[in-house]
Amino acid sequence: MMYTEQVMDHFMNPRNVGEIEDASGVGTVGNAKCGDIMKIFIKVKDNVITDVKFKTFGCGAAIATSSKATEMVKGKTIEEALQITNKQVADSLGGLPPVKIHCSLLAEEALHAAIQDYKEKLARGENPEQEDDK
Amino acid sequence: MKRIYMDNAATTRVTQPVLEAMMPYFSEVYGNPSSIHAFGREARKAIEAARNQVAAALGANPGEIYFTGCGTESDNWALRGTAYARKNKGKHIITSAIEHHAILHTCQQLEREGFEVTYLPVDEMGLVHPEKLEKAIRPDTILVSIMTANNEIGTIQPIEELAKITKAHGVLFHTDAVQAIGSVKFDVHAMNIDMLSLSGHKFHSPKGVGALYIRSGVRIERLIQGGAQERTQRAGTENMASIVGMGKAIELAAANIDAHNAYLTGLRDHLIHRILTEIPYTRLNGHAEKRLPGNVNISFRYIEGESLLLSLDIKGVAASSGSACTSGSLDPSHVLLAIGLPHEIAHGSLRLSLSEENTMEECDYVVDSLKEIVKRLRDMSPLYEEAVKSGEIPG
Repeated sequence: MMYTEQVMDHFMNPRNVGEIEDASGVGTVGNAKCGDIMKIFIKVKDNVITDVKFKTFGCGAAIATSSKATEMVKGKTIEEALQITNKQVADSLGGLPPVKIHCSLLAEEALHAAIQDYKEKLARGENPEQEDDK
Repeated sequence: MKRIYMDNAATTRVTQPVLEAMMPYFSEVYGNPSSIHAFGREARKAIEAARNQVAAALGANPGEIYFTGCGTESDNWALRGTAYARKNKGKHIITSAIEHHAILHTCQQLEREGFEVTYLPVDEMGLVHPEKLEKAIRPDTILVSIMTANNEIGTIQPIEELAKITKAHGVLFHTDAVQAIGSVKFDVHAMNIDMLSLSGHKFHSPKGVGALYIRSGVRIERLIQGGAQERTQRAGTENMASIVGMGKAIELAAANIDAHNAYLTGLRDHLIHRILTEIPYTRLNGHAEKRLPGNVNISFRYIEGESLLLSLDIKGVAASSGSACTSGSLDPSHVLLAIGLPHEIAHGSLRLSLSEENTMEECDYVVDSLKEIVKRLRDMSPLYEEAVKSGEIPG
């Protein structure tokens, strides 16, 4: 099994690793049992994703797709971010080995879960875009 | 960049003396050992010399050694050959939960064909308990197959005791000794072993050659038809050069076994000690003493094995893992689950397997690299973050 140079680059130098304390939305998918957990934090301002961070427990493909997905959604509107598919993430990494395609699905799901969390906060009348006073 | 090979349980390098022994058998001595002419006779002589070398290393008679294409073929042959030959006596086979897939998948196939298989559990160190074997033996049991040493966690089974119990019940005993050759001393007759599988490339001979020892008087069905080779039991023109290489390699391994074990145990225990004391949230998998001298298997909590392997590879270190991501399935190693590890800890396992070519300096480099890698991966792990936040571990 071979990873592309782009996958190895994102694995070794992942972009946007970390947490956002006052995130507008947080999405966690996967479970420890199958060996992959992805947690994506988004910060939204005026419907635009202004910041995004991730933490991932998983294989090289899981870490690289998390990193790539966060890079792709930064600066995008919520609607644009929802258009991004796992295939686009995988393609922009030069492709993934067939057994690793499910890892890229996880990145898409984690992002959608974070956006869903943001939308639910809005629906509850909270203001998820509010800056933390800290 | 420095390259360090610590995946000797996967395969080993063909060493210089083995390669030299093989060289004439590609283009100088190239006759077919089954031929009657001089070319064939000199080839036959080389095959029989290798058979003597393998037999001597095991305490067997040369007539009890059959060359095969690999360890997997030997395992398939021992199980299926015995099952088909003895199906009128019974249809029950006993093995363990931590066997290599060459055994487990063959057992599953036999189950589909109407045989019954008992998979003995192991304890948290990976040991099969002799009393559990004794209880599992039934009047219709025809074969017990227990590996000598486990390929993942290195645990060495009490083979003599298990074989003795098996014999007392009049049942045949097979052992997959693929990982054990060169580290465990065999005297197959005295140990009551009826069949033993081995694979050349695990002890510095080439890939694509193995052997099955079958005790004289034990008759099993042949699997490969089409010629009278191996005293009609295993058809196919012999893999000459590799058989010669395996003969030389096993002779060297048997002669050197004490020094080999002493040297590897020193490296192994140094690696284990440094990792467990210098990297927190780690555990040793397998038995601390009843363990192959070249096997280190450690779980690193909160991280996943494949990302550990990739990071080591970038630093020039070759190792392996029992994580799902390295097996191509969603489940981690069946061996690690059988010793009771939860999935997430099994996913974070690392196996370092040593040979005499490794050095203490290499071991230190690997531990120093691991310290950096594990920290980096934990820093991006949501499981580690959760454990810190919940107070399970100090941040």
